[in-house]
Amino acid sequence: MSTGTRARKQIHLAAHFPGVNNTTVWSDPAAGSHIEFSSFAHLARTAERAKFDFLFLAEGLRLREQNGLVYDLDVVGRPDTFTVLAALAAVTDRLGLAGTINSTFNEPYEVARQFATLDHLSAGRAAWNVVTSWDEFTGENFRRGGFLAQDQRYVRAREFLAATATLFDSWSGDEIVADQASGVFLRDPDAGRFAVHSTQFDISGRFAVPRSPQGRPVIFQAGDSEEGREFAAAGADAIFTRHGTLEAGKAFYADVKGRLARHGRTPDSLKILPAATFVLGDTDADAQEKADVIRHQQVSGQTAIKFLEQLWNRDLSSYDPDGPLPAEDPFVGDSHIARGRASVRMHRDPLATARQWRELAEAKNLSIRELIIQVTGRQSFIGTPSAVAAALDEFVQAQASDGFILVPHITPGGLDEFADTVVPLLQERGVFRTEYEGTTLREHLDLPPLPTPRRG
Amino acid sequence: MPSHDPALHLALALDGTGWHPASWREPGARPTELLSAAYWTELVQEAERGLLDLVTLEDAMALQSAHPSRPDDRTDQVRGRLDSVLVAARVAPLTRHIGLVPTVQVTHTEPFHASKAIATLDYVSTGRAGVRVRVSARPDEAALFGRRDAVAIDRTRPDDAGLTQLFAEAADYVEVMRRLWDSWEDDAEIRDAATGRFVDRAKLHYIDFVGERFSVRGPSITPRPPQGQPLVTALAHQTVPYRLVAGSTDLGFVTPQDPGRTAAILAEVRAEQAAAGRGAEPLPVLGDVVVFLDEDAAAAATRKARLDELAGAELHSDALVFAGTPAQLADLVQEWHAAGLAGVRLRPGGNAHDLPLITRALVPELQRRGAFRTAYAESTLRERFGLARPANRYAAV
Repeated sequence: MSTGTRARKQIHLAAHFPGVNNTTVWSDPAAGSHIEFSSFAHLARTAERAKFDFLFLAEGLRLREQNGLVYDLDVVGRPDTFTVLAALAAVTDRLGLAGTINSTFNEPYEVARQFATLDHLSAGRAAWNVVTSWDEFTGENFRRGGFLAQDQRYVRAREFLAATATLFDSWSGDEIVADQASGVFLRDPDAGRFAVHSTQFDISGRFAVPRSPQGRPVIFQAGDSEEGREFAAAGADAIFTRHGTLEAGKAFYADVKGRLARHGRTPDSLKILPAATFVLGDTDADAQEKADVIRHQQVSGQTAIKFLEQLWNRDLSSYDPDGPLPAEDPFVGDSHIARGRASVRMHRDPLATARQWRELAEAKNLSIRELIIQVTGRQSFIGTPSAVAAALDEFVQAQASDGFILVPHITPGGLDEFADTVVPLLQERGVFRTEYEGTTLREHLDLPPLPTPRRG
Repeated sequence: MPSHDPALHLALALDGTGWHPASWREPGARPTELLSAAYWTELVQEAERGLLDLVTLEDAMALQSAHPSRPDDRTDQVRGRLDSVLVAARVAPLTRHIGLVPTVQVTHTEPFHASKAIATLDYVSTGRAGVRVRVSARPDEAALFGRRDAVAIDRTRPDDAGLTQLFAEAADYVEVMRRLWDSWEDDAEIRDAATGRFVDRAKLHYIDFVGERFSVRGPSITPRPPQGQPLVTALAHQTVPYRLVAGSTDLGFVTPQDPGRTAAILAEVRAEQAAAGRGAEPLPVLGDVVVFLDEDAAAAATRKARLDELAGAELHSDALVFAGTPAQLADLVQEWHAAGLAGVRLRPGGNAHDLPLITRALVPELQRRGAFRTAYAESTLRERFGLARPANRYAAV
C-alpha cells in the first residue's frame, strides 16, 4: 500500500519505445535490436516493474527519404504496431499498451476491430494514438493512394474517430448470455448493429467484436495546431506533446485544459503528457558530461547536414558540418527534399527560421553541427536521480503537465536505470504509485469511467 | 512431380467453441470466455502438447451468420469474435513450437498492413507464422468497409467471372505480401559506425507492384521476417481457388468428401501447379475433416446427433464429417496420407471434447503406428513442412 494521503498531484509515466529518429543512439555498444520481440518485452517488463502507466509505440507507414533516397543515418524499420502490442499483452499484466495508428491509411471498421480485440486480449489495457497524414508519398503503399487533401485530414480524422466510437458503442456489454440450458447465446438479435453516414464514410452492418473491458481504447492525440488542440479537447483522453520547457508547458496546459469546459468535460478527463528524454549521472556534472556525449552521438556531422537540408530544402552535402551555416537562403517550394517525416511540416516559415538559426549561430559562434545540437534538443531531464525526480515533480506540480512519456535513447535497456533509481524517489515523494491500484489503463490514468451505451 | 515429404502433418482448425454450431452448449465449452486470451492460449497449448504442426484460426470481418452469404439474426449460436492475427500474436510468446496461422481477408484490407502484421507475427513467434488468405464476396462485408461493392459470384459456375476476379486479386495480394517480405535483404541492417549508416540502402527494394485493383510501392517498414517467407495457405474447393493454392501458396487445404475424391482433387491441384510453373516445388496439401471423437464409435455418433438436435438441423459442412474412434480416425488419416495428401487439418466438432481426444488419443495412436512425430524437431514452420528458407528475390546472386 502507498503511504500517506494523496495530497500531491500524481505523476503519470509512460515508456516510449525508441523511435526511428536521431534520439535513438544505435551505435552504442549497449544498443540492441529494434525489431526482435525480446527488445519490446524487455522495455515493457522494465516499465511494468516500475509501475508505469503504459508503453507507447510510434508508427510510420513509409521509410523516410531524403534527396530521393531512403534515409539511412537513423534506425530504419519497425514491426507492426497491433501485432507487437498483442504479443506484449502476453508478457505483462497491468501495463497499458498504446499504439499509434493512422486514420488516413486505415478504415474505421478494421481499426475498431483491432483495438477492441487488443483491449479484450489485454484485459483492458489498450490505447490508440490517433494520427493523421495526407501525403501521397505514404499513400503509394496503399490502395487508397494519396488522394486526401491536406485540409481534409482533420475532417477525416474526426469522422474516423466518430465512426469508431459508434462501432465501440454498438455493443453495450450485456448481450452475451450463453445460457447452455436454454440455448440463448445472445440476448439481443441486433447486437452490434451500426450505421455511419458522413462525408468520409458510408458504412453499416453489425460490429463483430462485443464490448471490450474499457469500452474503447484510451484515445491519445498528438497534434499541436489550433485544430489539433480542439480535436483533443473534444474527445481525446490524453495528449502527447512536445512542449518541453516549463513555461511553454504551462501555457499549453492552461490552453488545452481551458478548452475542456466548452466540451462539457472536466480538467482531469484529459491528461497532458509531453515527451521527454533523460540522462542520469552520479553527480550533476557527470550527467551533464554524459548528456553532451549523447547529443554528439545523436547529431553526427552527417546528421547535422541532413537536418539543415530539411530546413533549407536544398542539397547541402558539400558543406562542412564544423563550418558556418550556408549563406544562401532556404528554397521555398512545393516539393520537399525530405519525405515521410513529421518535422518537415514544422518548418512553417523556413526563411524566418533560417534567419533565427543564423543569428543564433553568429551570436554564439556555432558550427552547423553545434547549432543543430542546440536547436533540435528535446526537453531533457539531466542530473542525479534525485535532481531528476525533483525536476519531474516540479514540472507536474507547476501544472506544466500531468506526467511524461519518457524516450530512452538506448534500446532496449535505456529505461532500466530510471526504473531503478528515479522511480523509487518519486514514490518516496508520494507522487507516483508503488503498486497498480486498478487493472485497466483508464484506471491507471485516473480517467472518469465511460458511460454504458444505451442501444435503440 | 516433386519428391513426396514422407512425414505426416496434423493441423488443427480453431473456430469459436468448435465447428458444430451447437458446440457451445457442450459441457466444458466455456462460451463466455471466447473473448479472453486465456481461452485461446489454453487451446493452442493443448495442441502443442499433442505435437500438432500448426493451428489455423478462423476469422471474418462480419459477425458470424448461419447463412453463407447474408447476415442473420439468430441468437442461438456463438456471435462475436476477435481479430485472429492478434489472437495468434497474443498466444505466440506462450508457446514454443506450434505454427500459428491466422486468417486474413484479402478483398477489403490493405496488403501493406497484412504483410507487416504477418512478418511481425513471425518475429514474435520466432519463425512460426503463417497466414491463411481468404476472399470475401459477401455484400455485408463490403458494407463494413464501404469502399467498393461486393463482387457478384456464382459458385456453381466453375469459370465464373466474379470468382475469377476475386481470386486473381487474392493472388495479387499474396504477391504484394511476398514482395514486401523480400523488400529488405536479410543483411540490410548494417549498423556501420564508420560511415554512420544504419542500413545499406542498396539492400532495401521498392516492390513497385502495379495491379488492376491496387499498386504498392514499398519497401516494407518491417525487415524480412525470420522465415524469409512466412507460410501462405488457402482453403480451396474448386478450380479457381485451386489455382490460387497452386500458384500462390506454400500449403493448401482441400475438402475431399469421400476417399475416392482425394486423388482427383490432388491431380487437379498438381496440374494447376505445373501450369503456374511451380511443378518442381514442394506444395503440401492437407485434407480437411470435421471430427466427433469418442472411445466408442456409437458414442461419437450419438454425441453428434445430440448436437444436431440442439442445433435444430443436421450439421452441413464443406468438409467430410467424421464421427468415430481415434483409431478409426487414424485409419482415415493414414488412408489420405497414402493417397498423396501431406496430412489433415482437423476441425473439432467441439473443442472441449474433441481436442483432448486428438492430442491424447489420436496422436498416441498414430505414434504407436510409427506414423507421427514423437517430438518437435524443426525450429520454423517452413522447416516442419520441408520447405526451404527461400532466397530473396531481390538479392543479387
